[in-house]
Amino acid sequence: MNNRFLDFEQPISELEAKIEELRYVTDEPDLNIGEEIERLERKNRRQTEKIYGHLTPWQVSQVARHPRRPFTLDYIAKAFTGFRELHGDRGFGDDPALVGGIARLDDRPVMVIGHQKGRDTKEKLHRNFGMPRPEGYRKALRLMRLAEKFRLPVLTFVDTPGAYPGVGAEKRGQSEAIARNLREMARLRTPIVVSVIGEGGSGGALGIGVGDHVLMLQYSTYSVISPEGCASILWKDSSRAEESAEAMGITAERIRKLGLIDEVVDEPLGGAHRDPEEMADRFREVLVGHLDRLTRTPIDQLLEERYRRLVAAGSYDEGG
Amino acid sequence: MTWFQRIMPPKIKKKESNGGNIPEGLWAKCPDCQAILYRKDLERSLQVCPKCSHHHRLGARERLDGFLDEEPREELGVHLASNDPLRFRDAKKYRDRLSQAQKKTGEREALVVMRGSLHGQGVVASAFDFGFMGGSMGSVVGERFVRGVDRAVADGVPLVNFAASGGARMQEGLFSLLQMSKTSAALARLDEAGLAYLSVLTDPTMGGVTASLAMLGDVIVAEPGALIGFAGPRVIEQTVQETLPEGFQEAEFLQEHGVIDTIVDRREMRSALADLLDCLAPLPATG
Repeated sequence: MNNRFLDFEQPISELEAKIEELRYVTDEPDLNIGEEIERLERKNRRQTEKIYGHLTPWQVSQVARHPRRPFTLDYIAKAFTGFRELHGDRGFGDDPALVGGIARLDDRPVMVIGHQKGRDTKEKLHRNFGMPRPEGYRKALRLMRLAEKFRLPVLTFVDTPGAYPGVGAEKRGQSEAIARNLREMARLRTPIVVSVIGEGGSGGALGIGVGDHVLMLQYSTYSVISPEGCASILWKDSSRAEESAEAMGITAERIRKLGLIDEVVDEPLGGAHRDPEEMADRFREVLVGHLDRLTRTPIDQLLEERYRRLVAAGSYDEGG
Repeated sequence: MTWFQRIMPPKIKKKESNGGNIPEGLWAKCPDCQAILYRKDLERSLQVCPKCSHHHRLGARERLDGFLDEEPREELGVHLASNDPLRFRDAKKYRDRLSQAQKKTGEREALVVMRGSLHGQGVVASAFDFGFMGGSMGSVVGERFVRGVDRAVADGVPLVNFAASGGARMQEGLFSLLQMSKTSAALARLDEAGLAYLSVLTDPTMGGVTASLAMLGDVIVAEPGALIGFAGPRVIEQTVQETLPEGFQEAEFLQEHGVIDTIVDRREMRSALADLLDCLAPLPATG
């Protein structure tokens, strides 16, 4: 098995290997082989459509954590220009699990902030698997304040298993760092667009997840606790993650139907990792559209609308 | 102490010993110093052991009863009820867990909010009930809290909250996560109105409640010995693969690390908070 593919992607992996092999055996454009390749590619497309047309929530959560899935810095490189990373919280340190800086989107200066995971073992460790510590959230808030001062729109990218549960993180006030972000983002006087691009893990995700428009990429997830965590607490059995993923409703489409996010952005066939260029192009277009709209809205109106949306979250009956 | 109790890590011991409600009857045993206490004495001292000052857990209504003046009191958001938006079911149905918790505690939800007064000064006070599904925050808890904040802003009075919670309520999925941003946004409005918010952390205050409304107090107070944190000790132990330091995540440890402002004995709480609120009165309107 090959770590570029998930279990349920194995049929895709096998066909792709075959296509590669055929391409390899012929340097000359042999007509017959060309036809065969085309036939296999058509077959592969149908197969991918079939597999990806019926993903269970648990499978979606695998795609959301796919080792090849584009991360924040990939989107910044592909959809933005002139990124200047800005480091540190000015108090304790710099957190590589939460990155940010100034970039241009279609020539418009913006502040980009996002969780960052690592691709290989060394980088995974360096990025702490995308799990920020308090200094990460404090850096994010510092950058948001800077954006506010110059009325730069803030674009955040959510992709984390959760905030880091560690001894140092607790000592330095992980809860306070997240809580403060929630309160300050609710009243930050500049537009904020939140995009869940992979794993939206709990409070660690929400800590940069408050804004005027919240979107999710098609195969990303957003949840109050990981399916494994939920299963181990409520079912007393972490292997029942499949059931808890179903029960919690963690997929983009389900969450949009529940009215908890605003938009789902479709991914290329087979997921963002199958065609990161195409994904980044779509993503840029979507973001530009929202910035056009949000930067035209008077800021007081924007803040009032943001507030109304935040306090409207919840599902309850008034009772008698 | 039996050999079995000796090998248990201190956190688990603590949990076992004060996890349940105090047993019925005339007498109660302090889980910390093992003293046999006359229940009436324990009630008089607000469930604090008169021998060793161990703070037993306190229900939400009992808490507010001991805190607010007897008159006036108006409970807010009483009739709000969860409607189980996900039709959630694990080993049990969420609806069944709710009605069980209601029977057990006599409360309809895990947060009780009241408009009342403290030493004659108007205040909105709320308290979590840990006995109600671990004091977990779902849609009703979030909405009741926000109604409390709205009322405080409307009446120009301060807000006091007593936290006791395991965190967000998993059975409401993302709805419960978003109560964190909801309650925090409301607290931004309270802040802008120049009104004080005192956040009191009691045993235990964890997860999504800590990482939102509980840590946003103008002054953050804790009860002695209360366990307070973002992640639970078990999760941290599994993540870092090492034994946790002595007293980790207890109020005293957190004060030492600058995470909370002050520790106040429950028997002094009422007068301490009244005094703080006296000093943190809203500024007169200018202009």
